[in-house]
Amino acid sequence: MSTPLLRTERLKKYFEVKRGFIRRSKGYVRAVDGVSLTLNRGEAISIVGESGCGKTTLGKTILRLYEPIGGKIIFNNKDITYLRWKDLKWYRRETGLIQQDPFGALPSFMTTKGILQEPLIINGVKDKKERMEKIYRSLEQVRLTPIEDFIGKYPHMLSGGQQQRLVIARSIILEPKLIIADEPVSMLDASVRVEILKLLQNLQRDYKLSIIYITHDLSTTRYFSEMIYIMYAGHIVEGASTKEILKSPMHPYTKALLNVIPDPDPSNRLKVREVPAGEPPNLLSPPSGCRFNPRCINIIKGVCDSKEPPMFEVDKDHYVKCWLYDHT
Amino acid sequence: MEKEHLNVKNLLMYYRTRKGEVRAVDNVSFFLPRGETVAVIGESGCGKSSLARSIIRLLPRNVSIYKGIVLFNGLNLMELDEESFMKKIRWIKITYVPQAALNSLNPVLRIGDQMIEPMILHQKMQKDDALHKAANALRNIGISKEFIKSYPFELSGGMRQRVIIAMSLLTNPELMILDEPTSSLDVLTQANIMNILKNIKKDLKLSMIFITHDVSLSSELADKVAVMYAGQIVEFNDADIIYHEPRHPYSQKLMESVPTLRTDKKLSFIPGSPPSLLSPPEGCRFAERCPYAHERCSRDPPLVYIDKEFYVKCWLYERG
Repeated sequence: MSTPLLRTERLKKYFEVKRGFIRRSKGYVRAVDGVSLTLNRGEAISIVGESGCGKTTLGKTILRLYEPIGGKIIFNNKDITYLRWKDLKWYRRETGLIQQDPFGALPSFMTTKGILQEPLIINGVKDKKERMEKIYRSLEQVRLTPIEDFIGKYPHMLSGGQQQRLVIARSIILEPKLIIADEPVSMLDASVRVEILKLLQNLQRDYKLSIIYITHDLSTTRYFSEMIYIMYAGHIVEGASTKEILKSPMHPYTKALLNVIPDPDPSNRLKVREVPAGEPPNLLSPPSGCRFNPRCINIIKGVCDSKEPPMFEVDKDHYVKCWLYDHT
Repeated sequence: MEKEHLNVKNLLMYYRTRKGEVRAVDNVSFFLPRGETVAVIGESGCGKSSLARSIIRLLPRNVSIYKGIVLFNGLNLMELDEESFMKKIRWIKITYVPQAALNSLNPVLRIGDQMIEPMILHQKMQKDDALHKAANALRNIGISKEFIKSYPFELSGGMRQRVIIAMSLLTNPELMILDEPTSSLDVLTQANIMNILKNIKKDLKLSMIFITHDVSLSSELADKVAVMYAGQIVEFNDADIIYHEPRHPYSQKLMESVPTLRTDKKLSFIPGSPPSLLSPPEGCRFAERCPYAHERCSRDPPLVYIDKEFYVKCWLYERG
């Protein structure tokens, strides 16, 4: 088997919080705290978690838009964790980011052509004809056709779905190997959402792209990715194939998440769903032991609240960070 | 007493902009039996919020046409003047929780002080009684009464939304209009709010209009469902039927685009985009995107009533 495209080992990103006149340090927000994951070539994985669990920070740290403070990022067999910015230009070309709000991500004063041309100019595609060829090809890939209708338009003249497709076109124009899609559809309407997800899926299949899909919405992941990682309070708490997670979730948090997501069904209105009490911890001072322990219904007193659980491999390629699965 | 708690007939609300007249609510009819919930679903810009605001008469300043019949307990609200509407209906009998209301709490006032203000001003209550009532209201939605002394920033998003719901219930309303009550909240928090709304519905026998873009979520509360498209209700149906056998082609397509967690299904999307409400097409507004469109669709489809109460606005169901 070939080596994975991307591997992170105990990756960490803390943000320092400073307060007061002399900017005294008040401690660290442990947004990403020891995350290890593997992404194979041409594979799509999902990172699922609630807001504030560190999933966006994880994405941005992998792209080196944030400086990691510990652990390793290995891309294509090269350790890029601490490369200096000027040595990272090739990495920028190999990676792309799609964010939640397409309108905010597009410069309002530029036309479609200008938006797509910029990365090409920066990355030294000097021949004008070659640039236009690439622009046309990427617009075709995201199906903004007929191209003549779109090439001269400004972002505000496009619908939400079209804007997001333009963002995708921009992120793939340099033919990257890795795309991080951070909530790419959460601002779009239901009918458009599926269209964008299918587009990403086709790109992934046709061009052997690797995609990390970051979302809070478990129900869209099953149509998209092979692996799911569940994130809670800066940790990955469970990782397994999409089928496994949906069929036999193991971590109490994953179970709770799956339990509250409704499918369209009129009988829903007759039942009350079980919701774990409390709220995710403040990452400035997370609870000791397992970070889910204050909300967990299966808590083992004296264990879960004092020792952080390691990742247990409970099944082939099914990992759970929970003491319940300690059979040693 | 009327069987229907709320009965909306041929409601119109247009407003004028520089580009022309926007037909935000265009001839909308539906009814709501006492103690039940109607979910209004549809995509952004289809007029869901405008419909809610038309019922509670919070109109844009540039409104050009506003007519129709809104029967509430048998009384036509459209005939009330503004003064009595404000004193008797709005936020008294009918309460409205607007979208993103959790961010509209006053940041410099304590939760308790914000909650008692309307009771002191309108109901002329004593401060202590009002505070007592506010504490009770908070307890009903699972927030301990200590929070009455907190400021909004000390509360999480889910708690602020619950405070808003508690506030809207202080006047003992009969009808509650909720506009995307959980749209900016996390899934667990959302489930929590839905549990609270279910309890309120059961315990207080409250009628509700639940506006959402999220089809799956709508099934958490809905007894009846109204599907809106481009300013019109294209299908009004019973919840037990619509999630499994939607009738209108748009409802069918919308259901097909909803990802599900537990059942395998092929997802599809609706090509194209909804028409502008400035100059919607003459006939059926969905015709351009409809797989079953034929020549009759260039004329405005009638409301075809099926099982007496429920209708679908589509030529496919018109016999004869």
